[in-house]
Order: sequence, then C-alpha cells, then structure tokens
Amino acid sequence: MNPLWLSHFTATSSIGRGLAQTLDALRQRRAGLAPCAFDTVDLATFIGEVAGVDTVQLPAHLADFDCRNNRLALLGLMQDGFAEAVRAAIVKYGAQRIGVFLGTSTSGILQTELAYRRRDPVTGALPADFIYGTTHNTFSVADFTRHYFGLTGPAVVVSSACSSSAKVFSSARRMMAAGLIDAAVVGGVDTLCLTTLYGFNSLGLISEQACRPFDAQRNGISIGEAAAFALLEHPQENLSADAVLLLGVGESSDAYHMSSPHPDGLGARMAMQDALKMAGLEPTEIGYINLHGTATPSNDAAEGKAVAAVFGSATPCSSTKGATGHTLGAAGGVEAVICALALQHGLLPAGLNTRQLDFSLDLDYLLENREQPVARVLSNSFGFGGTNCSLIFGRANP
Amino acid sequence: MTLTATLTAYVEGIGLLGPGLADWPGSQAVLGGSQPYQPHKTILPPPVLLPAAERRRSGAIVKLTLATGLEAIAAAGLDAASLPSVFSSSGGDGENCHAICEMLASDDRQISPTRFHNSVHNTAAGYWSIATGAMATSSVLSAFDASFGAGLLEALSQVVVDNTRAVLLACDTAYPEPLYSARPIPDAFGIALVLAPQRNAQSLAKITVSLTDASADRLDDAALEALRIAIPAARGLPLLRAIALRQEQRVVLDYLDSTHLAVAIVPC
Repeated sequence: MNPLWLSHFTATSSIGRGLAQTLDALRQRRAGLAPCAFDTVDLATFIGEVAGVDTVQLPAHLADFDCRNNRLALLGLMQDGFAEAVRAAIVKYGAQRIGVFLGTSTSGILQTELAYRRRDPVTGALPADFIYGTTHNTFSVADFTRHYFGLTGPAVVVSSACSSSAKVFSSARRMMAAGLIDAAVVGGVDTLCLTTLYGFNSLGLISEQACRPFDAQRNGISIGEAAAFALLEHPQENLSADAVLLLGVGESSDAYHMSSPHPDGLGARMAMQDALKMAGLEPTEIGYINLHGTATPSNDAAEGKAVAAVFGSATPCSSTKGATGHTLGAAGGVEAVICALALQHGLLPAGLNTRQLDFSLDLDYLLENREQPVARVLSNSFGFGGTNCSLIFGRANP
Repeated sequence: MTLTATLTAYVEGIGLLGPGLADWPGSQAVLGGSQPYQPHKTILPPPVLLPAAERRRSGAIVKLTLATGLEAIAAAGLDAASLPSVFSSSGGDGENCHAICEMLASDDRQISPTRFHNSVHNTAAGYWSIATGAMATSSVLSAFDASFGAGLLEALSQVVVDNTRAVLLACDTAYPEPLYSARPIPDAFGIALVLAPQRNAQSLAKITVSLTDASADRLDDAALEALRIAIPAARGLPLLRAIALRQEQRVVLDYLDSTHLAVAIVPC
C-alpha cells in the first residue's frame, strides 16, 4: 500500500486524557484500573473508567446526541488540538473530501439500558425523552462526529466487536486509495455499559482482579472505556523523521466460533502475515508488537502461538490492557495511538499486572519498560465472531 | 456538486428477501412493474448451513443474512469461502437487544452467554464465517438509515482498490415494542450483491457509483416506496429495479442526509 500519514492523533482512556498523560502513565507504569463502582453494577471486577465523562456537555445544537459514548467522543476530540486539526483539514480539502470511520462495539446502548428502567408501568413504553437514533444506534458516534465538524463526506461505523477501531484504518485506506476522499478521521469510542459487564461475566471472562495479560494465572479481562482518534492524510513531502505512517493492514476471519478464538490462532496468524505482506516487510523488521492480550486464557494462548509462528520469540511485545483495561471497540484505536507514541518516543511499554509469565508461550513479553529507538511496530486487534486485524505503523524516517 | 471520483464494478449475483419478495428471480417482474407487489410478512428460511448448535442460537438477522448471501453467491456460481464480505445493518438484532435490556432493568441481570454473543453487531458476520468457512476479511458496518449506501461504498472500494470480488450483505430485521416506537423497522429485509472488478460471463450489470447531492429516487409503486422508506436496507431497491428492467439507467440512492449515491447501470 501507499503509506498513510497519521498527521494528528490522540487518546483518552482511564490512564489519561490526551497524549502527554497517556505517555506519562506508560512511562510511570501507572494503570487506570480500579474496583468497579460503575452505575448500579454489582459485579466483583476491575474497570478502566474515564474520569469526568458525565460532566461533558455537548453543544446545544447536538443535544439529541447526548449519551455517555458521545460525551466521551467529544472529550477525546478536545485533546491535543485534534478538533483544530480536523478544522484545518476541512479548509485544506473541503468538508466533502474528508471521511469519518469510527469503531465502537456498544455505542450508546447504556442510554437504552437506562431507558428500560423508566418504562411506563402500564403501557411498557420507553420514556418520551429517549432518542434511539442519535444515542443508542451503532452509527451514533460517527454521526455525532460528522455533525460536530460539519463533514459531508462518507461516514460509517465499523462494529466488529474488539477489532472495530483497527479495521477503520482499512476502510479509510481503501476509500482514500479509491480517490473518494483526501483525508479521514479514524478511531474508536466505546464506553462502559451493563451489557458488556454482565455479558462478559456470563461467559466467565471477567477477572475479579486487574487483568494480567500473558500471566500463567490470568483469568479474564478488565473492561475499560476510551476514545482514540487519528487524522489520516497522504504523506506530504519532507515529513519529520518521527512522523508516524500506517504501512500495512491485515484482516481475516476465524470461521471457528462466536466467542472463542481459533485455538492455534490461525486467523490471527493470517492477519499478521497479510499486514507484513502489504507493508513489504519481513517479521524481523518489526521492533515491537502491541498484543491484543486480553488476559483470557484462550485469547492469550491462541495469540501467543500465532505470534510465535510468525515472529519467533525474539520480538519485544506486550499488552497494554493491564493499564487501560480492554476498551473493546476502542481498543484498536487506543493501541494504534500507543504504537505511535512508542515510535515517536522510543518507549516499548511494559505489560502491567503480570506477575509470572506463562512460559508455555515463548515470547519476549516485556515486564519492564524498554527505552530504545523503534522504527516499525505491529498492533493486533481480535474480536468476538472471529474477526482479526493487524496494523503496522512506522516512523517516516527509520 | 458531483464529485469526479467514481467506483465501477460488475454485479454477478443478487440475493433478495423481504416482505412479499421471496428471492431475486421471483421479484424481478414485481420490481420492474409487470406484476403487482403484494406485501406479506417476510419468511425466513432456517439456516441449514450452520452446525446444529449455532443453528439453535441464530436469530432473524443471521437467517436473513445467510439466505440472501447464499442466494447471491450461488447465482454467481462462486464459493462463499473465498469471498471478502461487507455486512451492513442499521442496528443489528432488535429482538435480542430488547431481551437484554429487559433483563438488565430487572432484579436478575444474569443474561445468557448466547444473548450476549448475539448482541454484537458482527453476529451475522461471525455466523456467516462459521457457516461458509470464509476466512477472508469481513467489514461490519452501520450507518443508521444510510447503511445500504455505506455498505455499497465499502464493497466497491474493496473491489476497486484491492482488485477482488466482494459480497455485500445489507440486512435489517424488525424491532419489537417498546423499541419499535423509537425505531420503527417493521419487518426483515435484505439485499446481497456479489461484485466483481472485471466483466465475466455471469455479469448482470456494470455499475458506476459516485457521490452526489441530487435527491434520491423514489419508487413509483406506493407499497414498494413505503418499503424503501421503512427499512434501511431497502434503500437499495431502485438499483435492483434498474437491474431488473435491463435498461441503461442512472439512479440516485439514498445515503447520508446531504450526500447520496449516483449509480449508472449498464446491463451486461
């Protein structure tokens, strides 16, 4: 593929608002996970909640979009001058030449969960103030974003569970290559809700402690929430050396099971190999892998086997979900931003909470931060329904 | 504003299922206007291709997706296992969403694993991959009422940029009360299209798509027009009508509020 430039990017998660706080948390090995006190949830688990989401106010003309997911989206757009960068891109390219491609798994479903507590006792009707289309609906966060900026180009939500906001890079890449648009706002936003907390609990996939990816005793995920965005443009001439480029994308489906990965990580392997092929790179040219690493026994085992099959055991890797929690539909976006920070600052972030590595998985899993220049990195995002996406990012001047 | 970029592909197979529309061969005369449209509730066939356990767990969106997708791929004479896929649905399984929200508002919040894994927007894509053995990429999209257009653009960009065939599966299913009052989708409707980068013996029509601010075409038949408006996936009906008529035509499909899709159709 022709590389695409992440001209601006930002992430807001439980470890911080924006890049400076996120980088500082990674450097200080600070996790954002805490015992769950969200809403009325009565589960013994840890979550990665973003502070202050409830106090975010949407502009009055977009009040119909008001829900936790769009509040977090706006909070995310406000960081690192990202909104200003989008506005500058509109001046440069035109509002119809910029696409919006955002990932989410549950969108604003919390709004419907709350509305179901306020049904009319006689008719069963939902409250009159409940607006489905602009809050709960899967498209809501992309629709909010395009209205917020006045964008009129193609817009879509990718909702393939935990691969959603990795796969947005692929959709944007194709549409930019097809010439329909000149730039794209990509990313992911997912927020805490009861459906995912009780749903993952029903599958026995939630840890009672802060999640421990690739630990021998790992026993499930910690659910988090996040908003991450990147502005994709064709590279301009004379990019600075630390400019971050999207170099390759690989996608596959497991064709195996709805909620368990292929035991040998076959689909995951295909996604990583396809990303390398698209980037024209050998496995040895990847300096760090941000693993999907959810901390469920089956995910980490399957991913570990797949990574070992493609890369051997020498490539430094870690899962940052011990810090952020699993932010589901936002995870691919958050981890793309963490990869960009790794490239720009020469920081290979340690996996947190992991005490004793699962030695059946033969990987160079980082338990301590490693400060060293890195030129190209790969990020894995795999999801329910067997949907896999691997992204490769690199410095403009390795 | 008509932007210059266009995306061209060849339609090789069509699947169609909706109220009073049982399949593509049987619906062409209705869409073309030579037979009357007689709406009745959509009949969803059982998903026989799925293993027994998955078949039991599958909801309407899975049945609809499998039925329309397999019809299109069989018509094109292709193997589903080899095809990249684009799933576009305005909101997924409304019945399942209702059941989950009802439980979460009750004293017993222990929703079942099946309920939960049917709640993800990519449920139909996951079942499709299991049923067909397809390990190629699948894009799973939502754009609310613009979902058909969003899916068509995604599938076309795959065909054009990655020089591959792709199958578009645009499906929506009914919402039960009380959600229905907030999202009045009355029945199941799906369109599947196999799109290819080159013309082949099985090509039905060449389509060339661009963005436009022209208004979306309406259908002459009042009942079909009501269907087009009521169910987002049915916004693709003017394209199918043009293919059914086997005439060179230009139609405008509904997409986002201010941006629509101009489609030039040339029969093959």
